[in-house]
Amino acid sequence: MASDYIVVCVMFFIALGFVGVALFVAKLVRPRRPTNVKLTTYECGEKPWGGAWVQYNVRFYLVALAFVVFDVEAAFLFPWAVVFKKLGLFGFIEMAVFIFVILFGLVYVWRKGALKWV
Amino acid sequence: MIAGWINSCYESIRNWWVACGIPLVWLDIIRAILLGIVLAIIVVVAVLILTYVERKVAGHFQSRMGPMRVGWHGLLQPIADAIKLIQKEDIVPEKADYWVFTLAPFVVFVPVMMVLVVIPFGDHLIVQDLNIGILYIFAVSGIGVVAILMGGWASNNKWSLLGAMRSVSQMVSYELPLILSVLGVVILAGTMSMGGIVEAQRKMWFIVYQPLGFIIYLFAATAEVNRVPFDLPEAEQEIVAGYNTEYSGMKFAMFYLAEYANMFIVSMIGATLFLGGWQGPLLPSPVWFLIKTGAMVFILLWFRWTFPRFRVDQLMDFGWKVLLPFAFINLLVTALVVII
Repeated sequence: MASDYIVVCVMFFIALGFVGVALFVAKLVRPRRPTNVKLTTYECGEKPWGGAWVQYNVRFYLVALAFVVFDVEAAFLFPWAVVFKKLGLFGFIEMAVFIFVILFGLVYVWRKGALKWV
Repeated sequence: MIAGWINSCYESIRNWWVACGIPLVWLDIIRAILLGIVLAIIVVVAVLILTYVERKVAGHFQSRMGPMRVGWHGLLQPIADAIKLIQKEDIVPEKADYWVFTLAPFVVFVPVMMVLVVIPFGDHLIVQDLNIGILYIFAVSGIGVVAILMGGWASNNKWSLLGAMRSVSQMVSYELPLILSVLGVVILAGTMSMGGIVEAQRKMWFIVYQPLGFIIYLFAATAEVNRVPFDLPEAEQEIVAGYNTEYSGMKFAMFYLAEYANMFIVSMIGATLFLGGWQGPLLPSPVWFLIKTGAMVFILLWFRWTFPRFRVDQLMDFGWKVLLPFAFINLLVTALVVII
């Protein structure tokens, strides 16, 4: 079983190696003539005003939180879906309850206005 | 046929290897390295072709010719582009976080290669048929989101950050309907392995049993790869080019490569899950797979010239309030029908 994942591991390093080689080859070929103006942040040709590392809008956190909740739920649903045909009616009711609880959560988030953008 | 020949070659090498008394693990590693290099070449070639096809298709949609100058009907255009990108100076803005900025192209490309491990390109043409196939795909491709945030944040550029934030919130929002739409297929197939799912469609394609699932998958996948009408992260009229505004040269090429490769990947997954994968009469299996993938890619290109762009609030509403509930309904109805 574990040997199945050797190829996954190797593929990880090949991907890293591919990008590394590509960047290295380009480094040999390309010019390097940095000037002060070239290295400034792009801001439509104006002088850059302030930095970009500011606080994110809190909305993004809400989306991220909701995502985590539903994503974990999806991770629970996968094993259930695989053996669903064997579980039969019992499995269906069990999971229907689970899904309705989560859906209730979605409705709650919706009503609270966490999904409202603007 | 060719696959069979390669397999028998592999078998004989394997026997010889065992006879020599070297642990089999090393053979597995060598095989994986060779396959990985082949896959990397395939990715690059496929993306080069796709950039050409996209511009040709776009041209003809608008009654233009598309690229015509370089080579016959512009066929060498992608190669000219590649040479240009290699020669470009690599500019890292002074205010950028250098290491995160440099690391992002690596992180964006890794999931692309790792997902390809479980894609069945044809009969027995699969690098490794993991038994958690589809779950593995979602787990790995989620890493791409991190790369976009890294690139956008490290640039220390307002456009980049805005683009990255939009991109990340959009991708995580649409990942949910994407995952849920696939669950219906998993229920029908009774397995998560990609090879097993293709096998389960021997009689009938799953698109017949899962039409709603397919439509949800198509929308969510389009949003996942940031294509029009969900291309807000790159909306060039408002935020220049989004998270890769500050990238140039080969680092930009890596983002570009990953983006187009992801287009291929979602098409390949869609073809495997809903359109019967490599199965089809007469023609060899990889050709069928290519045709189905090509059809899916063409739909994505078609979208681009048909729909105007969504607004941010419309986009989030569509994902959370339309696609997600429908995906749940699709899942419950599928489960109910299977039980009856």
